[in-house]
Amino acid sequence: MTAAPAIEARDVAKIFRQGTGMFSAARHVRAVDGVSFAVPAGGCFGIVGESGCGKSTLARLILGLYPATSGDILVDGRRLADMGRRERARLIQPVFQDPFSSLNPRRRIRDIVGLPLAAQGVGGAEITSRVAAMLERVGLSAEMAGRLPAQLSGGQRQRVAIARALILRPRIVVCDEPTSALDVSVQAQILNLLAELRRDLGLTLLFISHNLAVVEHICDEVAVMYLGRVVEHAETDALFRAPAHPYTRALLASVLTPEPGRGIPDVGLGDTYPDPANIPPGCRFHPRCPIAVDACRTQVPQPRVLSGRTVECLLA
Amino acid sequence: MSETLLDVQGLRVRFGGGTEAVRGVSLAVDRGETHCLVGESGCGKSVSALAVMTLLARGATRSAERMAFAGTDLLGLDERGMAKLRGNRMAMIFQEPMTSLNPAYTVGSQMAEVMRRHRGASRRAALDRAAALLGRVGITAPGMRLAQYPHQLSGGLRQRVMIAMALMCDPELLIADEPTTALDVTVQAQILRLLLELQRELGLAILLITHDLGIVARMAHRVSVMYAGQVVESAPAADLFAAPTHPYTRGLLDCVPAPGKVARGAQLGSIPGTVPRIPLGFTGCAFRDRCAQAMPECSGDIPAQTRIPGHRYLCRLPAGWPRDAAA
Repeated sequence: MTAAPAIEARDVAKIFRQGTGMFSAARHVRAVDGVSFAVPAGGCFGIVGESGCGKSTLARLILGLYPATSGDILVDGRRLADMGRRERARLIQPVFQDPFSSLNPRRRIRDIVGLPLAAQGVGGAEITSRVAAMLERVGLSAEMAGRLPAQLSGGQRQRVAIARALILRPRIVVCDEPTSALDVSVQAQILNLLAELRRDLGLTLLFISHNLAVVEHICDEVAVMYLGRVVEHAETDALFRAPAHPYTRALLASVLTPEPGRGIPDVGLGDTYPDPANIPPGCRFHPRCPIAVDACRTQVPQPRVLSGRTVECLLA
Repeated sequence: MSETLLDVQGLRVRFGGGTEAVRGVSLAVDRGETHCLVGESGCGKSVSALAVMTLLARGATRSAERMAFAGTDLLGLDERGMAKLRGNRMAMIFQEPMTSLNPAYTVGSQMAEVMRRHRGASRRAALDRAAALLGRVGITAPGMRLAQYPHQLSGGLRQRVMIAMALMCDPELLIADEPTTALDVTVQAQILRLLLELQRELGLAILLITHDLGIVARMAHRVSVMYAGQVVESAPAADLFAAPTHPYTRGLLDCVPAPGKVARGAQLGSIPGTVPRIPLGFTGCAFRDRCAQAMPECSGDIPAQTRIPGHRYLCRLPAGWPRDAAA
C-alpha cells in the first residue's frame, strides 16, 4: 500500500445560487462539476483553462474557503471537511494572484508574515526569529520587515505572500495565478523561487494558471478544465506533445511563443463564449468545438483512460 | 516604398514631483506597418502613446524635437485641432474595454457618436456603419449588440466593440495599448488575428504596446524595446529576435518560458532587481544596476550604436558581444 496522495479530489462539485431576488428565478452556476484527481506528495499539479472554467473555485475548495456542494477533498487521506480551520491552515496555504490586494496595506511586512504564527498561538520571540529566517529564505532583505506593502514592488510583494504561505511549514501550497500580475523578468524570479522552495522543502504545489508556457515549465501533471469539468488530464510532456482533447489543442495553439514570422494561429473556436450558468447539453464544449459531430450535441462524454491520460471526448 | 505616417523625435514627458517618465523617445510608424513598443510596467510605453494622442493627465508636460502625423505637426496643434484628428484619423484602443466604454450608453449610441461628430453623419448612417463594422470584427447579430450596454458583453466582445469603434472613421493610425492583456489566450489569438486582417485590408498603421514578447514576435514589423523612459533597442522584428544586442533585450528574452526551451525545474533566466526610479538629471545607463556587463563607464554618456542599418541600440558594448560572458 503506497502512501495516500497529498491532495485527492473525489467527484467534487460546487454549485452557486445566483439571482435569488424576489421576482427572478434562482440560477444555478455549476462552477465545479464533478472533478476528481490526485496529487502525490511533492508533486506539482497544474490546472489550466479560460476564465470562468472553475479553476479558481477549485483552488478555494481545496483551501477550504468554500465548502463543496458534493464530493470529498482529502488531504493525506483525511477529509478536509473534518478538519478545523487551524489544522487546515497548518497543512495548506495559498498564494494569490494579486500581491497588491492580498496583503493588508496597513500592516508592516513582519506582521503580515508573522500573523499565521500568531493565529496558531506561537510566542512573540519565536515569531520574530522565524519571520526573519523566512524573509531571508524568500530573498527579501531584513530591512523589508519594517516596511509597508505600498513601499514594495510587485515581485517583492509576491515574495512576502510566499513567505506568509510558508511560515507555518505547510505541506501543500495552492498558487492561484501567482505570476499573472508580474512583469516577465519578475515572473521568472518568482517561478525560480517556487521551484527551489518546492525542491528544498518537499512541498506539494497546486498551480493554477492560464499561462500554458508557465505551467509547462513548472508542473509534472496538468489538468485542463472547461466549464467546471476536467476535460483532459495527463503528464505534462504527454499533454504538450500530443494533446487529445480538441479544447486542449486549441489552448496550446493559442500560446504565442516568441518566434517571429509564425503569425497568429487560427484557434478555430468561433465566437461563442462559455457561460457556467448555462451549460450546453451533450458535450459542454460542442458549441465551440471545430470537430463536433451530431452525437456531441446529445451524448455526455464520459472520462476515458487512453495511454496514460484521461480524456472526456467522444471522438478522442 | 513605405511612407512614414507617425514620426516622433526626442519625446520627453515630465510629471510633477520631478519624475521624467519618457526621456527622449524617438519612433516612427510607417503606413501599413505594425510597430511594437515593448517593455515592463513603468518603462513609459503607455505614457509615450498618450503623449502622441495628447491625452496626458493634467500636470504632465510634454516636449519633443519633432512630432508629426502624416505631415501635420502635432506639437503646434491646439486642443481643437487635435480633437479633429483623434478618433478620426488616429484612433486608440486600451487594455480595459470596460473602463473605456461608457457604461451609461448603448454600444450603438457611443459608436455612432464618433462618426456623427467627426463626419457629421446622420444617426441612421452612423448606426448602419456601426452594424457593418461589428459584423466585420466578427460579432454575430450586430443589430442586437448595438442596442446592448457594455456590461452585457463578455470581455472579448467588448474589445471587439472597442476595435470597431476605433475604425468608425477609417483611421490611418491605430494605437493599441495592451489590447489583449485582460483576455483569455484563445480570445487573444482571435483579436490579434483580427487586427492583422484589418491591417491587410485597410492598410492600417498600428502602434502596438505590449509587455508580451510572444505577441511582439508574431505581430511586429519593427520593435522598440523601452526601459526606464528610453528606447534602448530598435530593430526590424526578425533582426531583433535573431540578434538581440542590448543586455536588457537579451535578459527579457531569456525570461520567457517557452515549451522546450528550458528543462523542467531548471532555472529560467531572470533579471535581478527591479526597474529603478529615474530622478531628474540622471545620467548614464538606467539598466546598469541590473546588468551583468556593467562597467564604471556605464554611468557616463552612453553611445547610440548601429548593429546593421535599421538596428540601433543604446549601450557601449560592441554589436556581437559574446552571450556566454553574461552568465
